[in-house]
Parts: sequence; C-alpha cells; structure tokens
Amino acid sequence: MSLSHGVIDDQGALAIRAVSKSYQVDGRALQVLKGIALDIAPGEFVSVVGASGCGKSTLLRLIVGLDTAYDGAILLDGRRIEGPGPDRGIVFQDHRLFPWLTVADNISLGLEAANVPIPEQQRRVAENIALVGLDGFENAYPHQLSGGMAQRAAIARALVGEPEILLLDEPLGALDSLTRAYLQEELLRIWRQGGVTMIMVTHDVEEAVYLSDRVVVMEPRPGRISAVLPVDLPRPRDRAAAEFIRLKERILRALSR
Amino acid sequence: MPSSVAATGSQDSHIRPGGPALRRGLLVPALLLLAWMAASHNGLLHSSLLVPPERVLILPFGDEAGQQIWAALAASVARMLVGFAIGAIAGIGFGLALGMSLTAQRAFAPSFNALRQITLFAWIPLLTAWFGNGDSAKIVYIALSAFFPLAFNTYEGIRNIPLAYVEVARVLRFVPRQRVTRLLLPGALPSICIGVQVALITAWIGTVGAEYAMGAGRGLGAFLLAGREQFRMDVVLLGVFILALVGYVINVGFRRILKPFLLWQGEAK
Repeated sequence: MSLSHGVIDDQGALAIRAVSKSYQVDGRALQVLKGIALDIAPGEFVSVVGASGCGKSTLLRLIVGLDTAYDGAILLDGRRIEGPGPDRGIVFQDHRLFPWLTVADNISLGLEAANVPIPEQQRRVAENIALVGLDGFENAYPHQLSGGMAQRAAIARALVGEPEILLLDEPLGALDSLTRAYLQEELLRIWRQGGVTMIMVTHDVEEAVYLSDRVVVMEPRPGRISAVLPVDLPRPRDRAAAEFIRLKERILRALSR
Repeated sequence: MPSSVAATGSQDSHIRPGGPALRRGLLVPALLLLAWMAASHNGLLHSSLLVPPERVLILPFGDEAGQQIWAALAASVARMLVGFAIGAIAGIGFGLALGMSLTAQRAFAPSFNALRQITLFAWIPLLTAWFGNGDSAKIVYIALSAFFPLAFNTYEGIRNIPLAYVEVARVLRFVPRQRVTRLLLPGALPSICIGVQVALITAWIGTVGAEYAMGAGRGLGAFLLAGREQFRMDVVLLGVFILALVGYVINVGFRRILKPFLLWQGEAK
C-alpha cells in the first residue's frame, strides 16, 4: 500500500513501529503486544480481529493515548503520540455517556474542553447529532436511549472534535443483530461522508470484511499480527457473494491457527 | 453505577414517607403512648417522674417554662443551620480535594481517617478550652459533626466513579474546572446526598449535644438541662419529643427535596 509521510494534506496517517507492551502481573512481566508494525493510510478503514486476549483493545488504548508506557513508536502524521489528543477520537463498546448529562451536553464535552465558543459548539453538536441520526433526542438522558441510540451518541461525541482518526473498540459488540447491521451501514455512511480514518476492533469477522479496506488478524500470547488481508471488493458489498465468503473463511482459518 | 446509588434506591423503597409503611410504623408508638397514658392515670408510676402525655402536649401553650420551647427550638435550628453550612462547605471541599489530588490523598487521608474515629463528644473539652462555652464553640462543634460525614461521602463518591468515565474525561482532555463540574461532582452526587442526609442528622444531634454539654445560652439542649435541674419531667419530655420530631422532619423532608436532583439515574435503575 502507498504511504507518504510529510505530505501536508495527508492528515491521519498512522505508523505503528515495533510496538511491544508488557504488564507486571505478580512481579512477572506479561507480554500483551509483541513487535506490532502497521501503517494505516489517511482515510482508510482498517479492522482488527483476534481471539480475546490478543491485545487488540490494548493496541487501541495505546493509539488513543490512554497508555503511554510501551516500547516502539506510534506516529500520527510523523509525530509521536504522547497522550490523548484532538486528532483522535474513540468509541468504546459500552457507550460511556455521562448519565448526568443530556445527549447534547455529552457530545459537546470535548468542544467545551477545547474552549470552542458556545455558538460554534451548538452548531457542531447539532451537525453531529444530525450526522448520527439522533435529531429530536438532544435533550434526552442516556438512560432514556436504546443501546443503539446511545452508541450513536457516543460516535457523535467522538466525531465532534473533528479527529483525523476514529478508533472503535467493538462499538457494535453489545447490540442486537438488527441494530448492528443498521449501524454498520451508518458507520460506512459516516466514514464516506467525513473521510476520517477508522480503526475498528471487532470479534465479528463478517463485520470486518463487510466494512474494511484491510483486515488485521492478531494472535494471542503474546499479542502479535499474524496476517494483514486486503479486502478488494467493491462497496456496497454482498455478504452472500462467493468472494466475500472465501475471504471470510480465509480470515477465520488465520484466526484458528 | 456506584454502589452508593443502589443504597439510596433500596432505602427509598423501604422507608417511603406516607402510605401503609408510615401507618404500620406508627403502630408501636401509638401503643406505647396508650400504655403511658394508662400507667400514669392508674397511679402505677409516680407522677412527677413520668407525667401523663397530654400534659406534655399542652405544655408549649401552658406555663412560662413550657412556652420557652419555641424560642429554644428557633435558637437550636438557627445554630444548627449555621454550623451545618460551614461544616458542609468545608467537608465537600475537603472531600473533593482528597478525591482530586493524589498528593492531598497521601498527605491527609490517614489523618482524616484517624480523626474520623474519634467520638464527637470527645471534642467538647478541647473546643470549650479553645473557644469558651459561648456560641462559637457550639458552632464549631456542629460544623465538625457535619464535616466528617460529608468529607467522607464526597471522597468515597469520587473514588467510586467508574474508571470508564474517568477515561472519557482523559480522552476528551477535560480542563480542571470541567473535571470538577462535569465529572467529579455529578459523579459523586448520589454519595454526597447520602452524606448531606447523614450530616444533617449528626449536626442536629451535635447541636442539642453541644447545647446540653456546654450549657450557657438558649436552645433545646439548654431547655432540657433546665428541665432536668428544676425536676420538671414534663419539660424534659417535651424537649425530647421536639428533638425527635425535628430529626424526623429532616429525614423525610430531605428525601423529598432530593428526588428531582437524582432524576438522571433513571426510573429503571
């Protein structure tokens, strides 16, 4: 794949270089990531699949900057990541909306932190509420929303700061299959509309093949990349197409090795 | 949800003011009252030690000693409110500081936890030595009795805010003011509310206790003390009754006031 560092309009190019990460468990080092190397182009949609314990969520935490204790380097547009930043947004599996704030107030938190003027905050919150299809629920509290709606609000909260990269940590994992299929389409629409780079961790191989430009397969103990498979199928993709199924099975085989 | 939230929820459903629970709760006091009336009228009990209840009830409208209950009640409530306000602000502020800063936590948490174990009444000799037995000593004592439960519950409330929310605050790069107003205070609110409820009661007990132990000045405690010294058991019983009534009103009234503030917790939870 093509990757050109230093080019000014290449916003959102991520380079993961020889990243390893260990936790101390009972005085012994437990390696969760080993020698991760991956380049992600601006505007790309990459999925990461793997058995639980393969460190895929840990990798997202490193990229978003919640954890900065690791070996190797993670570079965003050539600059080393030193903690959370406005250039990256994240959606967790549990929506993590603050239950004491309305949907609109939850979404504007990041803008408030960045000291964006109030009228601009309101404009961008309204824009993103419309983008995720939550019009009319601005003043609802999270407990009044369904799981799918709460996750849409969480996506809006992550996007409102206009990040270059949107990290998705099993964002649809807790939803029922109908809502899930619907939100997959929504994610694709948002991705096409905004051109944001998306990196999604998922358990669901079909979801990964359906959405992504490339699928990264990880193996556990220690967590490492075992395969990177491009998905060269035109969108919208047909889940029943022979090629789709063949690719899905290749990934499943890579997973069960 | 932090565990303290569940605690308020269950408490609410068990002791709801009004309704059948209240009626059932009134049964025992009513029976005791009847027994008391019967005993005092049959001459089973010496009348100056245990006066008939109706004499206690008309006392606030009766002789000079009884009428002083109104002024005593007003003085106690006013004193309590002042002491409570000081203690509550200091307690929430201290709890917030402990919850926010690891340095503050390391420096102050052990001393705080040690001081918290001291029975409040043990402070009285120190406070009277430092502040005399006038109003300032009493107010400091009341403030202390409100400070500890609020500091503790604020701190605990902050510590029990789910890590998931703290991470959101980090990812969104909250500024310090936002951390307090958007995360820590609302996140700790259910626990702080329990703290306020406990602190109101301890401040009320502290008020009467301080007045009784330090003597001088008006107030329910002084009223009880005077009744005891004049061997007026009707005065003493009236004081005890009013004291309990205020405690009850604080408890019930507070829960009513609280409800709208915790709406975001949702009906289902």
